[in-house]
Amino acid sequence: MQKNLFLGDEAIAQAGIDAGMSGIYAYPGTPSTEITEYVIASREAREKGIVATWCANEKTAAEAALGMSYAGKRAMTCMKHVGLNVAADPFINSALTGANGGLIFVVADDPSMHSSQNEQDSRFFGKFAMIPILEPSNQQEAYDMVHDGFELSEKYRVPVMLRITTRLAHSRANVARKASRPQNQFKLPEDLRQFVLLPAIARKKYQKHIALQQHFLQESEQSAYNRYMEGDDLSLGIIACGLAYNYLLENYPGRKAPHPVVKISQYPVPSGLVERLYEQCDAILVLEEGYPLVEEMLKGLLNKGKEVRGRLDGTLPMAGELNPNLVAAALGFRQEPVTPVPDLVAPRPPSLCKGCPHIDTYIGLNEAIEQFGKGRVFSDIGCYTLGALPPYESINSCVDMGASITMAKGAADAGMHPSVAVIGDSTFTHSGITGLLDAVNDKSNITVFILDNATTGMTGGQPSAALDHIEDLCRGVGVEEEHIRVIKPLRKQHEENTRIILEELQYEGVSVIIPRRECIQTLNKRMRAKFKAKAAENK
Amino acid sequence: MKKDIILAGVGGQGILSIAAIIGHAAVGSGLYLKQAEVHGMSQRGGDVQSHLRLSSGEIASDLIPQGKADMIISVEPMESLRYLPWLGPEGWLITSTKPFINIPAYPDPEKVLERVRALPHHVALDAETIASGLGSAKAANMVVLGAASPFLEIAYEELEQAIRQVFGRKGEDLVKLNLDALGAGRDFTREHLNQ
Repeated sequence: MQKNLFLGDEAIAQAGIDAGMSGIYAYPGTPSTEITEYVIASREAREKGIVATWCANEKTAAEAALGMSYAGKRAMTCMKHVGLNVAADPFINSALTGANGGLIFVVADDPSMHSSQNEQDSRFFGKFAMIPILEPSNQQEAYDMVHDGFELSEKYRVPVMLRITTRLAHSRANVARKASRPQNQFKLPEDLRQFVLLPAIARKKYQKHIALQQHFLQESEQSAYNRYMEGDDLSLGIIACGLAYNYLLENYPGRKAPHPVVKISQYPVPSGLVERLYEQCDAILVLEEGYPLVEEMLKGLLNKGKEVRGRLDGTLPMAGELNPNLVAAALGFRQEPVTPVPDLVAPRPPSLCKGCPHIDTYIGLNEAIEQFGKGRVFSDIGCYTLGALPPYESINSCVDMGASITMAKGAADAGMHPSVAVIGDSTFTHSGITGLLDAVNDKSNITVFILDNATTGMTGGQPSAALDHIEDLCRGVGVEEEHIRVIKPLRKQHEENTRIILEELQYEGVSVIIPRRECIQTLNKRMRAKFKAKAAENK
Repeated sequence: MKKDIILAGVGGQGILSIAAIIGHAAVGSGLYLKQAEVHGMSQRGGDVQSHLRLSSGEIASDLIPQGKADMIISVEPMESLRYLPWLGPEGWLITSTKPFINIPAYPDPEKVLERVRALPHHVALDAETIASGLGSAKAANMVVLGAASPFLEIAYEELEQAIRQVFGRKGEDLVKLNLDALGAGRDFTREHLNQ
């Protein structure tokens, strides 16, 4: 048996390659990025002709995957939890169109917000779309679930969600691979109206989707990923979802709890297994990574049944990811005191890299805007969001991809001047263009900085869809040529840059400033590669 | 056999390379392994840590429970102290003494080292200076790994083999530098233990 040390993300990627996937589409987002990155770098994937590509955003990615499914082939689309908000439209509607070739939405949630602006639980989205959800408890299951997920998707012609969280995505473990399966042949849907959601057709499709629910439940009840484990101590029954199952086992040296346990890794919630546990035990403890989805269902609105413990009653905290210690406390184990962190240890938050072009942009912007006062800069999602922290403290918002331009427009409509937006090149093509068009159409009085570092920096330097397109895009949506200003964010150009920024802040209308200098990380990477190539040549 | 290790440092200091070397060596020794890494935002000059778990039996949790780690291996002294809640009563702390100061509130480096030296089981070495002496300060992470190697219960040859595997693609010079760094770290700890 071949053993590999895979990150959870890599296990999913390799499983896609092995399970006959023909295409993978994504926009980078921690903790999901490494899935697509792995397939793009894989020689095996290239040799098999698998399409692996970064898209402009999660919505375009999901739709491309749906299109590949339409053509009968297996497709995957990967995103972080907030990326699913962007792709929500194709996601929810694809539940009704259904799939032709197998279709998997991989969604990586980030409880504890290690690299995110919220910790929403994507299982609610899966439930909302009424589709099967797979939630692996370890890397091997993550691998296996891609194979089984495609099978499930093709059996019922429905998209399947594979939900993971940060710890699984970014933790490495031994994974055994299965035999490789050939890709599907091109094959149109048998019913050429399958994907036409005109109301009259959609109503029928919805009825069909509703009728499928009992089958999905049956699949869950019989799934090998969901298990009922006997235990003698009936004072408590435990439900452990996904990764939480590991934290439960960690607390019992023999890896066997004395209580009955229901392990849940496939949804809809296997109600038969849960009912058996509920009937047998005096109280129920629910361990789940994310929001209290199962716990809330079990409690119901009136909470008149047996005692249900979990996040809602304070047995576990409402916010943040689980860990072995929290689960130990929930099980009532006394914990030995540990050495505290010494007081002298200072926090070390992430910061802009030394030599980062955003630093020079923020220093220039701070100086130019000083006369107008603080609090007028809307920002977006990317490395430059770190400009909120000292010593820059240049920005006043970070909400969602693209919100900088649109919020600046709204505030300008309310009479704020200057009203400034700061957005990265990749974020601009992700969700900024449409907002800029709104501003141009209304002749809004805003100044937009498109920070062009020629890459998607925060997630590790994936190619930016905006590369070489930014001025054309701005002109295309109607920004006046003389108010598209390109500057080079360098310390030695500080005075000239500050003057240009001030000019555009004073202009009454839409102006765009493009500070353009390559990300210091990708520049270093490129220089190292160049140096190595040269050294090899000289040998 | 069971070894629970916290790897600590600042983004960009090479703790994932340490993890990769131990990981290869562990698999070469037929052990189970789980290793939780930090990616994304924190890598930008922030504190980073990795939970590395090795065992002859299957491992449940990707995270090490507090108070259960056998070792903290750190390439930065203040970062080594950040994870003391994880260190078990018999656990060892192995750290480089060279501070990485990229925040205004960095404490007095002498006080940091005092706190490290107050621990009953510690190895503190200036890995960067040792690595510089061997040819490149960048190999400081391998010096630290070498210093930790006597506590790992993994055959030293397996670590050497892992370095050849991981750095092999990057040329013989880099392999030799890292092997030397590993050896220098190990020698330091051996002498330290003999004192």
